[in-house]
Amino acid sequence: MCTHITEQAAIVGSAKGPDGWMTVDTATVYYDHPYHAPLEHSLNIDLVNASEGAGSRVALELSAESARALVRAIHAALEQGADAHGG
Amino acid sequence: MYEGMIAETISLPGHNGDHILAYSARPLGNGPAPGVVVIHHMPGWDEWTREVARKLAARGYAVLAPHLYSRLGPGSPDDVAARARASGGVADDQVVGDIGASIRYLRTQPSSNGRVGIIGFCSGGRHAYLAACRLPDVDAAVDCWGGGVIVDDPSQLTERGPVAPIDLTAQLGCPLLGIFGNEDGNPTPDQVDRTEEALRHHGKAYEFHRYDGAGHGFFAVDRPAYRPHQATDAWGKVSRFYDQHLRSPAGD
Repeated sequence: MCTHITEQAAIVGSAKGPDGWMTVDTATVYYDHPYHAPLEHSLNIDLVNASEGAGSRVALELSAESARALVRAIHAALEQGADAHGG
Repeated sequence: MYEGMIAETISLPGHNGDHILAYSARPLGNGPAPGVVVIHHMPGWDEWTREVARKLAARGYAVLAPHLYSRLGPGSPDDVAARARASGGVADDQVVGDIGASIRYLRTQPSSNGRVGIIGFCSGGRHAYLAACRLPDVDAAVDCWGGGVIVDDPSQLTERGPVAPIDLTAQLGCPLLGIFGNEDGNPTPDQVDRTEEALRHHGKAYEFHRYDGAGHGFFAVDRPAYRPHQATDAWGKVSRFYDQHLRSPAGD
């Protein structure tokens, strides 16, 4: 599609990339052409530390179906975790 | 028959004199050779962009593919492209400036025949349309499935992209070749029709080719969108178009 339609979320946490662990503060999410995945379009997630260089990034390119499955898994894990630990 | 080319990364002064990277691919020899500027798509200055540069060089063109996200580096092209997206994309003025600088670079090479065309893919197709309207020294432009040439929702216009390229059609100063897939969602077949209508209305030289069974980005050999028959035919049309408009020396 090649659009600039992009969602961003401020996040708190860490991600592990080729150089080890790093703090991440921003998630950029968009549905557009992938760079690597052999798909026409993919749900792309970039986890970055906005104050670091361009290479400080953990990237995901997922099919739409697998992205929805991931969302469901995240919701399920959060609910189960909340039941177990509170929160 | 011997063939050879040299392909390498160079830097050149781009918009505002900023140094930007570019991938240069050109046939060996004294020339004269026409030039082509390759304008990359939104995923960035990637391997496929380099392949396109080498493909056109193998057909006898001196090619320059400017890294339009250079200012956001250093880093691998995909990381830099991610940064470009996160920051809202690059400004049209800057992109047009970088394309103009690339045209001047090619035209001033000793082996140039004085003629330079441009070709862009996806968002680069939109940039090609825009540059062909705004720059006076483009000799032939190719728009491959450029989305956003027509902007139906004015809220999509931004500070970085303040004008819909279609609104500049009256200023188009060179022949335009358009390549589109009829299954594309951006641009839609209706938008392609309306772009053609604007070109006809303003009496511009153009040729549009629409392909059934093809969607967006159907030249990409490493993607499911690849359509070998349509892509082979369309590459032939690109070659004929450039041969017609770029092979004769400047001034003819």
